[in-house]
Amino acid sequence: MTETKTDFGTCPRLLEVSNLSTSFSAGTKQLRAVDDVSFHVNEGEVLGIVGESGSGKSITLRSIIGLSRRYGQVSGEVNWQGNNLVTMPERDLRKIRGKDIAMIFQEPMSSLNPLLTVGLQIGENLTEHTDLDKRGRKNRAIELLEMVGIPDAVNRLNDYPHQFSGGMRQRVMIAIALASNPKLLLADEPTTALDVTIQKQILKLILDLSKDLGMAVILVTHDLGVAAQTCDRLAVMYGGKLVETGNTREVLRAPQHRYTMGLLKSVPENIEPRTQLYSLPGTPPSLLNLPLGCAFAPRCAHAVDECSRAKPPLVGDAHQVACFNPVNQGQTPIGAA
Amino acid sequence: MSSISYFISRLLQIIPTFLIVMVIIFMLVRALPGDPAIAMADAKATAEQLEQIRQRLGLNEPIWVQFGLFVKNTLTGNLGDSILLKAPVTEVIFERLPASGFLALYSVLFSLLIAGPLAFVAALNRNGWIDITIRSAFQIGLSTPVFYIGLILLTFLAAKMRWFPVGGYGATFWEHMHHLLLPALTVALYTSAIIMRNLRSSVIEVVDAEYVQFARAKGLPEHIILGRHVLRNALISTVTLLGLSIGNLMSGTLVTETVFAVPGVGRLMLDAIFARDYPLIQGLTLTFAVLVSIIFLLTDMIQAMLDPRLRVS
Repeated sequence: MTETKTDFGTCPRLLEVSNLSTSFSAGTKQLRAVDDVSFHVNEGEVLGIVGESGSGKSITLRSIIGLSRRYGQVSGEVNWQGNNLVTMPERDLRKIRGKDIAMIFQEPMSSLNPLLTVGLQIGENLTEHTDLDKRGRKNRAIELLEMVGIPDAVNRLNDYPHQFSGGMRQRVMIAIALASNPKLLLADEPTTALDVTIQKQILKLILDLSKDLGMAVILVTHDLGVAAQTCDRLAVMYGGKLVETGNTREVLRAPQHRYTMGLLKSVPENIEPRTQLYSLPGTPPSLLNLPLGCAFAPRCAHAVDECSRAKPPLVGDAHQVACFNPVNQGQTPIGAA
Repeated sequence: MSSISYFISRLLQIIPTFLIVMVIIFMLVRALPGDPAIAMADAKATAEQLEQIRQRLGLNEPIWVQFGLFVKNTLTGNLGDSILLKAPVTEVIFERLPASGFLALYSVLFSLLIAGPLAFVAALNRNGWIDITIRSAFQIGLSTPVFYIGLILLTFLAAKMRWFPVGGYGATFWEHMHHLLLPALTVALYTSAIIMRNLRSSVIEVVDAEYVQFARAKGLPEHIILGRHVLRNALISTVTLLGLSIGNLMSGTLVTETVFAVPGVGRLMLDAIFARDYPLIQGLTLTFAVLVSIIFLLTDMIQAMLDPRLRVS
């Protein structure tokens, strides 16, 4: 799926996230879910944000379109066509949210309103962001359902979410997200809740639509396999921070951060049957109690003194890494320790 | 659609309910100590007269024949004569039912008007000072006896200020509205507290749901998110509670009806109990059972309208 890669380095930047931080108050403590994250998305590219649960991937997505600021404090800058979405008033942000930047969620079961017909849930998006009349909205809704591969779309507008299977519901959600031709799709673990065969179909659908509509995608996933198959560039998150970004092929072939390396090693590949699988030692840090230095240091076999004293900055050009003792270029992910 | 078959199946479920209610009423009345014939006749009645009454009431027949007779009479609308009011029970009840029905609906309307917006405001400001104020106020309403609130309203607004009549029901619709305003408010202060608490917690549950987040991610305006996505989902459990409270109100406004001298069935029941008017008690109990069944049926219908998942059998 990744043979023909366009060089997105030359494409204009669509979204630029700088120093984005999101924290929530938990009792007397501050929970820092996203910590000073900067990255960008080029037009038409698929950017993957990978990391384990609780690393801040979803909150990063939700902070981009202002869904997090109702619950916590968001700071930094999200530059969208010259405007900073972080400080944009809700009224103006609403015109971008769902129109230029759409989002799909992880759980197709709980993300569609169980009481409203699928037609209405697509239609309300069109009412908000287009000038179509009732008839036009209906036709567009049918067109969208057909586009995401729902058979017999004409007769399914009056059906409720519970009348669709999990995979079909995810397709419905994608149809809703695509209603007003977004330029950027934020996909928050869109395949995690689905079985493997359906996962493949949904990923292919998202990729095809991205290509056909020229739509950029930020795909959040904890599944490196999914990321490898779909993304042009990768951003790896750990403990609320970006630890490594770069071209998918480079990041996977020559990871520089110890965490990325560990993640790659835990993907079982070319392994003799009945041998023990590798897993990263330790557990992810609590966001309520992040260490002073690098969040990964306590689990890292290569930590140097500096790691526990200061947070390593993200450095590099195309391939960036935040590590005081990065992996040497000669080392390969498999067999290295 | 399957909604029609759902409606029919739900309607059929009422039949066994009624049968059970009739068995219970029949048994209860027979289990009461004393001879109904003696209760009906005056004190100086001879043994022959008593026997005559027994014969007329069918009390000498075997118990299952009596039950059959009871069911037959009930179904034909013949509930016997009230001892107290010397008139057919059906007639007496139908005369008193409108006042109680009016009061019940009136107070439910009040409860919704009070509880609905406040529950929303409280839920959206969860644990803020607005929420705490609203909840405390309702806690006071909930823990004050109904008759006490009634008496206070009566003393100040009716007796002192003379804005409202102290009792009665009036003859026209607007007179009903005027006469029943205080009693309805009295009842509503209590019911709205229950509805408020329930609706508040359902709104809190729904407001952070993924589909609400998704609706927000679509860029919908806040009034559509709250009205279409939050309110409807939050109402489902509240509708059940509302049905239960209307059912309660039909028979349970007894205290309020007494305080405000409303000629309703609640007060009639109280009078019937004091006078040991068995036919009337029996008739009223049956009427309440029928009404409550109908209200529950309506509640289920409304829920099925709100929630498509309930329509699939």
